[in-house]
Amino acid sequence: MTTTTQAPPGSDRPGGATPRGRRDRKPSPSRRREARFAYLLLLPAILATVVLVVLPVLWNVTISLQSLRLIELRNFTPFGFLQAELGFDNFRLVTQQREFWSTAGRTVVYALAGTVLSLLLGLWAALAMRRPFRGRSAVKALLLVPYVLPVVAAAFVWRTMLSPQYGIVNAWGQDWFGWSRVDFFGQQSIDLPLVGTVPLAFSTVIAFEAWRYFPFAFIFVYARLQAIPKHLYEAATIDGATITQQFRHVTFPALRGVLAVLFLLRFIWNFNDFTNIYLLTGGGAGTRVISIEIYEWLIGRSNPGAAAALSLILAAVMLVVLTVYVRWQARRDQA
Amino acid sequence: MSRHAFEERFFRIARWASIAFFVCLTGFPLVVMLGLSFRPVSSLLNEPGRLLPRLSEIDLGGYTRILSSREDGGFGFAGFIGNSAYIAGVTVVLSLTFGIFAAYAAARLRYRGASFVNASILMVYLFPPLVFAVPLFVMFTRLGMRPSFTAVIIIYFAYTLPLALYMLRNYFSSVPVDIEEAARIDGASRLGVIRHVIVPLSAPAIATVGIYVFMSAWDEFLFALLFLVEDRDSWTVALGINQLEANVGTPTTVLMAGCVVITIPVVVAFSLAQRFLTEGLTSGSVKD
Repeated sequence: MTTTTQAPPGSDRPGGATPRGRRDRKPSPSRRREARFAYLLLLPAILATVVLVVLPVLWNVTISLQSLRLIELRNFTPFGFLQAELGFDNFRLVTQQREFWSTAGRTVVYALAGTVLSLLLGLWAALAMRRPFRGRSAVKALLLVPYVLPVVAAAFVWRTMLSPQYGIVNAWGQDWFGWSRVDFFGQQSIDLPLVGTVPLAFSTVIAFEAWRYFPFAFIFVYARLQAIPKHLYEAATIDGATITQQFRHVTFPALRGVLAVLFLLRFIWNFNDFTNIYLLTGGGAGTRVISIEIYEWLIGRSNPGAAAALSLILAAVMLVVLTVYVRWQARRDQA
Repeated sequence: MSRHAFEERFFRIARWASIAFFVCLTGFPLVVMLGLSFRPVSSLLNEPGRLLPRLSEIDLGGYTRILSSREDGGFGFAGFIGNSAYIAGVTVVLSLTFGIFAAYAAARLRYRGASFVNASILMVYLFPPLVFAVPLFVMFTRLGMRPSFTAVIIIYFAYTLPLALYMLRNYFSSVPVDIEEAARIDGASRLGVIRHVIVPLSAPAIATVGIYVFMSAWDEFLFALLFLVEDRDSWTVALGINQLEANVGTPTTVLMAGCVVITIPVVVAFSLAQRFLTEGLTSGSVKD
């Protein structure tokens, strides 16, 4: 793996960013031309970001404060809120739903379980693939398949494989283990011997999520593993460290940074996920998360105001998680 | 047996067992997909436990039925492929053009606010897509742009641009400044430098980013669902598979053929770009 060298922001190389260390207040004409050219080049990107990212978030706030039904959209203007009656009715409406807290809790569990499982699978795969063997690059390419496969295709294959009527998993389970048919995506819970009652559809959705995203963790951990200096292991071997001890004292400390970043990114993305669950269960059988609920408000119940309020709650929860995480990381780095 | 010898032996076996496990985990669904796409649906219903089709029953009917137009008794998937290729193609052109400009500015030029731009490039990806989806849905509905490819293309452009910008910036910074300065001394304008020096030197990276953008637009589901679902003629491939399954009642094996068809471009693109893509994504995280 090569690493592209990149000037850190704020360095004085032309590749860097802020013009630091300049004494003169007035920039020279050539500097000014350079800056003007830079703004010109950045303009389309900035414009697109402002119009399609920043403004929508602000609109979202105003929409959430208005009573707005889809049929009233004809009269909607971005500044209509200046005359409209504003209030927190939408927030009250969405949080007072009977299922609100269980949906919120389920979203957290879904994000957490999917993240941890995909990270563990990715770590495991990277460790197994670490030393070269014949055909390693082919296997490596195969392991990336779940991540690059179009999500609609992946979801449809899973739904077919696990179908109670004609799914290959149920067919094999019946032939070999004498299962009775299991409707993995339609059955809310199942009683398993020894384990007890398990939320079936929800667990299957989490399994899909772990399967689909483990390659993401795999690529990063694999790349990091290749960069650990060999002499660390030589020294550990001389000291008589076994393989598990080498993992604990050499490999794992080196991976901690990458795992922390992966955990954060995956948690955020899984927390926000709509597509996977929508395609697998449509939010039925005990798999409804907040994103699905937002879509329901927007399309099913034609109530953009409530959808906007709920999406802001989702963003707020995520911000809280992010802040707690960053604080916690900072404290650990200090210690 | 000492702990050492035990661990050596255990992990030698565990390593191969793990590799076999992961090959099955990722390969099995692929085999199921390919196998089913060549079988008539009656064969699936009779023998759900069969993984590979019998040689005698191999049937390309699924492919012809999914691809041919509705007038010809098919499901019109060729049209969805056209839609997706158009949307993804325009997105790639827009994202690359403006991504190259912005990345050059971010990598090379000095201006006020540079550190803010650099720090906030990837912030977009931390927000839930639905936070943008709700207001954009309201706006585009209000503007009467639903269903419309333009709305979807604009949105895809805005959401692929930051990553394109980020990856290109990293690459541009690694291009030696000397070549550029030589070109400048020879009288090339700044735009000329981008066109005749930066772009040719970064061609592999640009191609990789283009492929990445294409794959994300090809695969996108949420915004396609919100903006294109009402009009069957505007469906993208992702929407096509989902809607044909959920609302039209298409035979499973025919849809599987559709899944294979939409996977092929992704697999081809990815194998072309794999090395650059994984390196581009992981570079920076592997530094010691």
